Amino acid sequence: MMLLIQYTLIFSSVLILVALGGCFSEHSGVINIGLEGIMVMGALGGALMMKLLPAGTAAPVMILLVVLAACALGAVYSLLLAVAAIHFKADQTLVGTAMNLLGTAAATVFVKAMNTAADVNNVSSIIQYIDAKRSFLVYINGFEFNWFMAITVLALVCSWVVLYRTRFGLRLMACGEHPQAADSVGINVYKMRYAGVLISGVLGGLGGIVYITAGVSEWMFENGVAGFGFLSLAVMIFGQWKPARIALAALLFGFFRALGNVYTGFDLLSSLNLPSALYNMLPYLVSLVVLAFTSQKSRAPKAEGIPYDKGLR
Amino acid sequence: MNEKKRSLLQNKGVQSLLASLLCILAGLLIGYLVLLIINPAGAWEAIVTIVENFLYYPSPQAQIRYFGNTLVKTAPLLMCSLSVLFAYKVGLFNIGAAGQYVIGAGACLYCALAWQMPWFVCMLAAVAAGAVLGAISGALKAYRNVNEVISCIMLNWISLYAVNVLLSQVKETASPYTLTLSSTNPGALLPSLGLGDLFQNNRYVTLAIPLTVLVAAAIWVLLEKTKLGYELKATGFNKYAAQYCGMKEKRNIILTMVIAGGLAGLGAAALYLTGFEQWQTTHSSIPSMGFNGIAAAFLGGLNPIGSIFASYFIQHITNGGAYVDKTMYSAQISDLISSLIIYLCGFVLFFKSLLDRRLARQAERAAARAKAEKGGESK
Repeated sequence: MMLLIQYTLIFSSVLILVALGGCFSEHSGVINIGLEGIMVMGALGGALMMKLLPAGTAAPVMILLVVLAACALGAVYSLLLAVAAIHFKADQTLVGTAMNLLGTAAATVFVKAMNTAADVNNVSSIIQYIDAKRSFLVYINGFEFNWFMAITVLALVCSWVVLYRTRFGLRLMACGEHPQAADSVGINVYKMRYAGVLISGVLGGLGGIVYITAGVSEWMFENGVAGFGFLSLAVMIFGQWKPARIALAALLFGFFRALGNVYTGFDLLSSLNLPSALYNMLPYLVSLVVLAFTSQKSRAPKAEGIPYDKGLR
Repeated sequence: MNEKKRSLLQNKGVQSLLASLLCILAGLLIGYLVLLIINPAGAWEAIVTIVENFLYYPSPQAQIRYFGNTLVKTAPLLMCSLSVLFAYKVGLFNIGAAGQYVIGAGACLYCALAWQMPWFVCMLAAVAAGAVLGAISGALKAYRNVNEVISCIMLNWISLYAVNVLLSQVKETASPYTLTLSSTNPGALLPSLGLGDLFQNNRYVTLAIPLTVLVAAAIWVLLEKTKLGYELKATGFNKYAAQYCGMKEKRNIILTMVIAGGLAGLGAAALYLTGFEQWQTTHSSIPSMGFNGIAAAFLGGLNPIGSIFASYFIQHITNGGAYVDKTMYSAQISDLISSLIIYLCGFVLFFKSLLDRRLARQAERAAARAKAEKGGESK
């Protein structure tokens, strides 16, 4: 039971972080389908940092540096989307899809090259971080508390404050609803959209490193992040682009994802003797059903996906 | 620049071709740079290997044989790219081609191995399975306003796990791979029609290759020359306008996804019924065929005929990636190049409008000059 709660919380953290990323990007008016790729890049940045830091690094330093590395790489990678979508008016869905494929391919090529350079016989795309991962964990009565959970709560509160209580956030949302109107009162729509996409890169990258450290202590980069970026987008839609609701939606989805990891621990569930693939399928099935019932009254930012054209004002 | 050259550049087809070639060149160049960064020693050799693909073999017989293998895998890719292209023409982004391909593979292999069906029944089963999956996304979009990209991704994963479970029942006992068609049910293998002999007895070269090219031509006719195609495209441009004109926009969206799904399903049949590959029931990631289809569709300038060549090119470099020196580089370098190409395709629209604007300005200037000269004469 404890294990279920623990996994639910950590997977929900991933979903919250990445969905908040999507939320910022979409509120500024750019659809970010490329979150999956951004997650992979963030995961790569964080994993490399964990591998590179010497074994005896103090826990706070370790946490700070790993988070910074993941965020930085995620943000840099998200620039690919920002430049294409904001300045070159590219099809955002196409660019996002390309980024997802590119993220996994680039990370695999890079990690394999690194592994092969270290040892000619090692052609795997795996990075190990068993020791480094311990810095993130605190044990409380058998409950494995992960510092990432605290970071997620912090990010959630910050996002809410930024979006609804600051001038920046309200302006950002204006750019996603009616960019021409925003521009007419002197807001630089291009800058705001860059900000939105970059924030989504930071949060997406952070989500990536949380995801790959969630259940395991090594990661094979060939696998990417198994559709988690898209699950997060589903969470965002279910959460109606609002941080508080996103958090609740993420808890629901996180629970179903966690069930796949720990269902064998429950007598009732394991006695049903269902194939494990069914549990793997569960989060995707649930999100499909949930979307079918919640997409009708969509509160999506009105101008999302449409490149801003000053001439249309 | 003279008039003739200018009008040639204004031609949309020429522009698309130019843009695609630019994307390929830029993609290869960046790929080369990545190789250089990883290990400068073998970079040139590696990029040449990727571009050469089957020419890597010294003997002409082997070259022809492996050329056949590339074609065998081009057929399913072409189907996936047509699937993406068809949906895109109707304003839908069918990222679910991957899942429709997976479910098609599951359906045709299960029919062939468990029920001992002949090849055409298996093929139809694959088409039907893909179409049903497409219909689900289409119906969700039409009636429940669910973004098709998200629903497709969810269905991709659902179908991957479902197919793994389904095909586990017909797998070899000692390995995670499905039984081979040649040992279990040779009747399910696609007929070769003597094409195999043309490729040095490559028995995987079958009816699938000419069939897929025919399908590409049929899709072109459907989109450009029929009332249905016109209606579908009109729905894609503006579904409210289409509805106002009396078109059934909901039916059109679903029908589009059904056709797109069927195409991807057929693609799976075109590969798995040749016996070229067995399904691995422990797949933990979705086969990249459907995603490469996106690359091929956009690289082909969203034209069915263009996508024949684009599919071949993408498959050519993907196969070529398998030959790079594994002690220095990984085969995924060709995935890297093809995803770069998709990314660059995003800039095609910008490139075209830039070209158009330049040409228009030049034409204007030329006209102004002509006018000025004329004015000078009359004075």
